[in-house]
Amino acid sequence: MIKGILIFNNHRKPWLSKFYQPYSVDKQQQIIRETLHLVFKRDENVCNFLEGGSLIGGFDNKLIYRHYATLYFVFCVDSSGSELGILDLIQGFVETLDKCFENVCELDLIFHVDKVHNILAEMVMGGMVLETNMNETVTQTDAQKKLEKSEAGLAGAPARAVSAVKNMNLPEIPRNISIGDISIKVPNLPSFK
Amino acid sequence: MSDIVEKTLTALPGLFLPNPQGGGPAAPRTSFSSRLGGLIRAITALTSKHEEEKLIQQELNNLKVTVSAPTTTLKMMKECMVRLIYCEMLGYDASFGYIHAIKLAQQGNLLEKRVGYLAVSLFLHENHELLLLLVNTVVKDLQSTNLVEVCMALTVVSQIFPREMIPAVLPLIEDKLQHPKEIIRRKAVLALYKFHLIAPNQVQHIHTKFRKALCDRDVGVMAASLHIYLRMIKENSSGYKDLTGSFVTILKQVVGGKLPVEFNYHSVPAPWLQIQLLRILGLLGKDDQRTSELMYDVLDESLRRAELNHNITYAILFECVHTVYSIYPKSELLEKAVKCIGKFVLSPKINLKYLGLKALTYVIQQDPSLALQHQMTIIECLDHPDPIIKRETLELLYRITNAQNITVIVQKMLEYLQQSKEEYIIVNLVGKIAELAEKYAPDNAWFIQTMNAVFSVGGDVMHPDIPNDFLRLLAEGFDDEAEDQQLRLYAVESYLTLLDMENVFYPQRFIQVMSWVLGEYSYLLDKETPEEVVTRLYKLLMSDSISSETKAWLIAAVIKLTPQAYASDIIERLIQDFTVSLDTCMRQHAFELKQLHENVELMKTLFPVDKSSEDMVVDASLSFLDGFVAEGLSQGAAPYKPHHQRQEEKLSQEKVLNFEPYGLSFSSGITGRQSPAGISLGSDVSGNSADTGLKETNSLQLEGVKKLWGKEGYLPKKESKAGDKMEALPIPQESGIMENVDQAIPSKNQSQSLTQSKEEEEKQLLASSLFVGIGSENTINLMGKADTMSHKFRRKSKVKEAKSGEASRAHSMACSSLSSQSRVAFEDDSYLNTLQGRRDTELKKFSTNSELLDSESLKELPSVKKLSDGSLSAPSLFADENIEILHLPSSSVASAANDISLSSSLLEETTECMQSSLMKVYNNETVSVSSYKIWKDDCLLMIWSLTNKSGSELKSANLEIFPEENFKTTERPVCSLPVMETESTKNFEYSIHMEKPFTEGTLSGFVNYQLMDTHSVQLEFSINLSLLDFIRPLKISTEDFGKLWLSFANDVKQNIKTSEPQDALPTTLQMLQQKLRLHVIDIIGNEGLLACQLLPSIPCLLHCRVHADVLALWFRSSCSALPDYLSYQCQKAIEGL
Repeated sequence: MIKGILIFNNHRKPWLSKFYQPYSVDKQQQIIRETLHLVFKRDENVCNFLEGGSLIGGFDNKLIYRHYATLYFVFCVDSSGSELGILDLIQGFVETLDKCFENVCELDLIFHVDKVHNILAEMVMGGMVLETNMNETVTQTDAQKKLEKSEAGLAGAPARAVSAVKNMNLPEIPRNISIGDISIKVPNLPSFK
Repeated sequence: MSDIVEKTLTALPGLFLPNPQGGGPAAPRTSFSSRLGGLIRAITALTSKHEEEKLIQQELNNLKVTVSAPTTTLKMMKECMVRLIYCEMLGYDASFGYIHAIKLAQQGNLLEKRVGYLAVSLFLHENHELLLLLVNTVVKDLQSTNLVEVCMALTVVSQIFPREMIPAVLPLIEDKLQHPKEIIRRKAVLALYKFHLIAPNQVQHIHTKFRKALCDRDVGVMAASLHIYLRMIKENSSGYKDLTGSFVTILKQVVGGKLPVEFNYHSVPAPWLQIQLLRILGLLGKDDQRTSELMYDVLDESLRRAELNHNITYAILFECVHTVYSIYPKSELLEKAVKCIGKFVLSPKINLKYLGLKALTYVIQQDPSLALQHQMTIIECLDHPDPIIKRETLELLYRITNAQNITVIVQKMLEYLQQSKEEYIIVNLVGKIAELAEKYAPDNAWFIQTMNAVFSVGGDVMHPDIPNDFLRLLAEGFDDEAEDQQLRLYAVESYLTLLDMENVFYPQRFIQVMSWVLGEYSYLLDKETPEEVVTRLYKLLMSDSISSETKAWLIAAVIKLTPQAYASDIIERLIQDFTVSLDTCMRQHAFELKQLHENVELMKTLFPVDKSSEDMVVDASLSFLDGFVAEGLSQGAAPYKPHHQRQEEKLSQEKVLNFEPYGLSFSSGITGRQSPAGISLGSDVSGNSADTGLKETNSLQLEGVKKLWGKEGYLPKKESKAGDKMEALPIPQESGIMENVDQAIPSKNQSQSLTQSKEEEEKQLLASSLFVGIGSENTINLMGKADTMSHKFRRKSKVKEAKSGEASRAHSMACSSLSSQSRVAFEDDSYLNTLQGRRDTELKKFSTNSELLDSESLKELPSVKKLSDGSLSAPSLFADENIEILHLPSSSVASAANDISLSSSLLEETTECMQSSLMKVYNNETVSVSSYKIWKDDCLLMIWSLTNKSGSELKSANLEIFPEENFKTTERPVCSLPVMETESTKNFEYSIHMEKPFTEGTLSGFVNYQLMDTHSVQLEFSINLSLLDFIRPLKISTEDFGKLWLSFANDVKQNIKTSEPQDALPTTLQMLQQKLRLHVIDIIGNEGLLACQLLPSIPCLLHCRVHADVLALWFRSSCSALPDYLSYQCQKAIEGL
């Protein structure tokens, strides 16, 4: 079972944390700090597994992490998790992110924390691996994207946050008038075959 | 992949350069997304923690205003939530937003709802009170026609959901298992899995639906259901053996590529599914030959199919190897698995190397010779730059340590310790070194030095058992007295040298150990006088770096040395210094020392030399104070009340309204002085201290005789009896091993090229020292964990243990060793004696109390009645324990009747306690092993009987239980014959105590025996224990029930439909009493009161009421898990009626 997932960058800034076990806010912070400490102590060219980390719950747990350019993805799993399996799950997660954001970059993760969480929720549910089929996850997310587009308006803004940032000099992007909730309730989701 | 994430954060501030047009503070019209941008820009530009704090606090203040403003739309709220999530992730309190997150989930449209749910699941935890507000929303969304809403609701349910509200959504989620869309079914299965984790009894009834999910036409749903099965099989593998065939078929299909292509990952069919299935098979096939046979084919296929081209195939292979070694062994498969391990270990990829080491660590427990094959790789890994690899290697070495390679391995471990600074690594390794040192130490000097290193490195983080065990070992010594003295002398000398070093600071624990040893064994010194030792201790005492706890140890050592160094003026100085100390504890010690110092003779008798391991008889009843108490009472003093009773009375007086449900008033006078938790002693008169003392001896039976270091009585290992035989075994092997190694190395040398560098030679040398003594045993112990080591420091034989055990057990209704009649007689005698003694004291009490009666004429009547009850309690106690619970399972006795001695022993047992029927554990043509449980009052007694059915004698039959974290098992001494004659039966008795509550657990172990002139055979077995095995009746009065009821916080209510009419209550309760060992206290009309306790002493109360055809059960206990569990058990029992 997966106990927690962390994403942070090379500057030790956490961008996403998700715990599948109830920890208090303080404990979560402690875990994040300890994980950062443990992971940053590792050299390159060592294995991607780390044992222990006394906080997240004893010797049974391991940290499995991957480093992509500027980002670290860390999964904490208990003894019933397969190390290599999780390692490929991280890979799958990143691939899915890449497909959903079309060439994912760190900024995407920062401005769409909610979306990243949603993609994660499609893959891991309550600490259990739910879906390992990347295409399936992508179609799920795309369907939701469509929903978003149909809603457009201000609500669509986060979807374009990055482009908004990139086009900083332009005046504010003209808003569509919200068309309300009419289109939303229609269960027109091709993904749910 | 690196091209995907190409932009780095260093470019970030540039992207966020302030907008020249906007400028100034963010205007309200600025879009919310750019506010998030602003926040992030500000955060990335920060340089100090302090600035961050200021910034976030400001941000939170802004957010607080925004979210509570009535003008804020839901869309704005959504943006606020994202920012709040961010702040909370950085560790700042955003609790003001929680309620708004719930509101957003409730009211928002789809997108807003999603963010709302997300925020809720990130902010709140399972027991958060606000979560109740979410339940209604979840229910509504589960019923929605919109799939997305249903999905969201299911996701949030599987992340957080209040346990007590499960019934509200359970039927809805159950319905979703039939939903036409596969994604919904899959999520519903995982949501139910979550419920199974947090409240197993509530989903008990849908286990059949899980089976349906397993057979679902969609692979995804089936895969999701495997999570549940993995969990349930882990808890209890025996209940799911029938599914083995299905799992094997599924795996066959997956491996055979029958799944749709979209399940492929890097052209490997559904790898995660395969991993999951392999794990399940491994659990199912453990110690079970028949089940294992079913899976040999598919495992073989998996090993073959997994062609090595990608990480994920290695993941499958690793799992395969694990499974092959977990199940009942098959040599062909083992061979293939070994080859696979080779691929891992020799791989240049570091991740695979790590896993290879892990697999080896697991495998060499069963086949140590494997380590020889990979010895050079292991040596290389020892010097690997990656500390994780290094540690894994040490773990591996730890498993293969024996008396010959101990010094090298421990040295490697100590080297690693010196580099490592992580606390948990130190704790872990230090424990291992101490364990190895105690087991295999080659000589005294090495042992003491190693332990010194352990104490100085492990210092104050190590497990407290380590110093305690060490000191006990020194004190109790081994079989050879001269050797003991030498070890002690060496310890003393080495500590004195250590203390003489200037400016070295030792951890407190180490100083404590030193002071104890110096206090006890300084007399062994020739060169130095006790005065000199005391001087050193004095110096330590005056040091600032010593904690007050350690000072207490030091002064205790000084006190012990005082009789030997009587005339020393340093002691007088010490007394002077510390009688004015600010530390009250130290002052107390100093005054004690002062008093003793004035009376040499007394001191010498109190602190005899080298008597630390002698037993001290403690009069726990404080009977010498009886006269004093009687005098006090006769002068009108109030009788003593135990602390908890005083508090309860205080509590009950404070209450304005009496909320007691049973309307039984209790006065705070003499009659109410019964202890509410009066465990197992239903009716005794409490009152004076003598009686309280008696009660103490009853509940703390094991403490009858005090031991100096026996904080928790240690587990007697079996080596004392089996050791003699075991020692004989390895010796002939050792020579063989030496040859083995000698042969192995030259052959390697030859095969390698002549240009072998010196470095390599060193490695070879290291290898030969590390792997000496491994191998060649594997022919004997292929399937068992080879544990035929001869312990260097064997604890003294357990004569003393047995003695103290007897004394304490005399009280408990000991069902004693069956084989020696004389002992049974002895125990009965002593039991009667204690009973007699009890009555005597009670009579005495009677007389003292009657004196009291003269002065207190008011309460005369009730107390007299009470007292006469009390004096009768001894015989009635006898009746309670023996006759009332006597349910003789005659059928089981009959079934075992083929063995006369066995059945007679059974009869003997049943007269005292309830017991389970006989279970066959193992049966073949030579032996049969059967086991049964005896539910004793203070523990669970497991008895395994080994019957020799072969025509010849069995040699060295032995049984061992693997340690298990939930239980503490203690072997009860049984007269063991080295040779078992034909047609005889040997019993092994283990008393089992629960260490921490659990619902289901397994206890496993093995039996090994040796037939005449053949090799030894080892049979593994495991037995399921449930919490129910540790439930005992709690006999209390209705009045105490009322009091206890109020003091418990955890309660569970449950309604059960009964088909029978109302008058069935007594029958139902009777049934509960029989099946679950609850005690029926009282039946009042249509209500019934029951009580039980979880050993050692966690009470649980049950109140039931019949209303029409519904039986309402209401449990309360001080332990949160107990009511839940019992309610499930009761339900099962009643429905099975």
